[in-house]
Amino acid sequence: MSTEYTSAEMMTVTAARALENGMTCFVGIGLPSEAANLARLTHAPDVVLIYESGTLQTKPEVLPLSIGDGELCESALTTVSVPEMFRYWLQGGHVSVGFLGTAQIDRFANLNTTLIGDYASPKVRLPGGGGAPEIATCAGEVFVTLKHSKRTFVNDVDFVTTLGFGRDGKGRDGVPNIGKGPTRVITDLCVMKPDPDTKELTVTSLHPGVTKEDVIEATGWEIRFVESLETTPEPNTRELEVLRELKERTARHHAGEAPGERS
Amino acid sequence: MAEFLSLHDAVARYVDDGATVAMEGFTHLIPFAAGHEVIRQGRRGLTLIRMTPDIVYDQLIGAGCAKKVIFSWGGNPGVGSLHRLRDAVEKGWPHKIEILEHSHAAMACAYEAGAAGLPLAVLRGYVGSDLPKVNDQIKFIECPFSGERLAAVPSVRPDVSIVHAQKADRHGNVLVEGIIGVQKEAVLAAKASIVTVEEIVDDLGVEPNACVIPGWAINAIAVAEQGAYPSYAHGYYPRNNRFYKEWDTIARDRDTFTQWIEENVMNAGGQA
Repeated sequence: MSTEYTSAEMMTVTAARALENGMTCFVGIGLPSEAANLARLTHAPDVVLIYESGTLQTKPEVLPLSIGDGELCESALTTVSVPEMFRYWLQGGHVSVGFLGTAQIDRFANLNTTLIGDYASPKVRLPGGGGAPEIATCAGEVFVTLKHSKRTFVNDVDFVTTLGFGRDGKGRDGVPNIGKGPTRVITDLCVMKPDPDTKELTVTSLHPGVTKEDVIEATGWEIRFVESLETTPEPNTRELEVLRELKERTARHHAGEAPGERS
Repeated sequence: MAEFLSLHDAVARYVDDGATVAMEGFTHLIPFAAGHEVIRQGRRGLTLIRMTPDIVYDQLIGAGCAKKVIFSWGGNPGVGSLHRLRDAVEKGWPHKIEILEHSHAAMACAYEAGAAGLPLAVLRGYVGSDLPKVNDQIKFIECPFSGERLAAVPSVRPDVSIVHAQKADRHGNVLVEGIIGVQKEAVLAAKASIVTVEEIVDDLGVEPNACVIPGWAINAIAVAEQGAYPSYAHGYYPRNNRFYKEWDTIARDRDTFTQWIEENVMNAGGQA
């Protein structure tokens, strides 16, 4: 495998490989959507993708800009109302994996998409929870993907919008009818998984060319590494081709849209 | 029975200062024309409810119409922040607004409960989230049968709901197609409802299980061609993604925003 690739492509391909045929995936917009569709177009053609806009088993030709692009509806098996989506399909237990992005994540994989700073007078106001709080608890398990930096990987999130394992790692203990929570976090540097006992996110695999120091430098807590640390397999030629075509197709589609002349 | 009114008259009759207003459409069929009419008529002190505030609420907030916003995801989809919402929350411009935020699951359930005439919605939600700490409308109850701890939120019961749809027939029956969001629930949950449509047709031509809202469950129908633009109307016109990106620049600056509203809403006459 000699093809060159970027760290962003490494992240997307690794995230895509986490999905398998037979999974039903509730997909977040952005990086998760890119990875989920790459999986569908490569090794997991039968993975079922659903988006919170109500589109069930959708097969978009281009990546959606928003969670409710027409493309998602046109290529879906069926489109249901948003209450039905959350009540029957998510809460009803039909989603095996939720695939989420986030603005901040902490050592116990809690996610913050609400704000930076204090709630009453925020430094930065973020969009809020959306579907994530219940996706993270009702789906069988959760994958998270985001770029690695000290700003995003913090010791404690400013606000727990969405439960990982709670402030103490015990947030899911004894709660009935709750999913496993985040089982892997995929970044542009590495893959992390929760420690089986403490639930603290721990690096299990470094991407090729990435050092432990790189990860330590980009993480806001004293990050730990498993003893049997692996090297993440590189993307193969087909994955890179399909991903690049998908992104080109998407860029052409969104740039080339008529401005929608108004009468 | 639905009454056919002009958009101006429908908004003048049903949207009062201080009202609780829901404008729905989950990234699709967003009632922009109606939102602009509310801005033009200078409504003040509104409590605005919407799962995904989007650009239309950014415009209403920046234009000074809102007192409070109830939502579950307040961003410019696929682009970034709603700068007018942020400016109001972070810096109090044009005035401080109150926000009450939920998750999508809770708001969807709350609309459904409103449509069902119930006072509350129950869901398996908010487990481990900090949202209940900042929103006193989120409570937890014990299931009387299983003992399970479940989240409860009050149902959504707006004074008026406004949605956009593809078409109505001459009896005011409305067809909603594509991503149907919570439109039907929003209409049924409200004390009064306005539906804007792309066109009036003789026959809706629907299949048995199509999403049809009967005319007798709607107060006013107003024709608003391209009324969801720059969002989209499935089967009529696509979403103008380019404008959603451009909005980021327009809304970032107070003066640019104000000028845009002047030119494209206030001085745009009947439909903008």
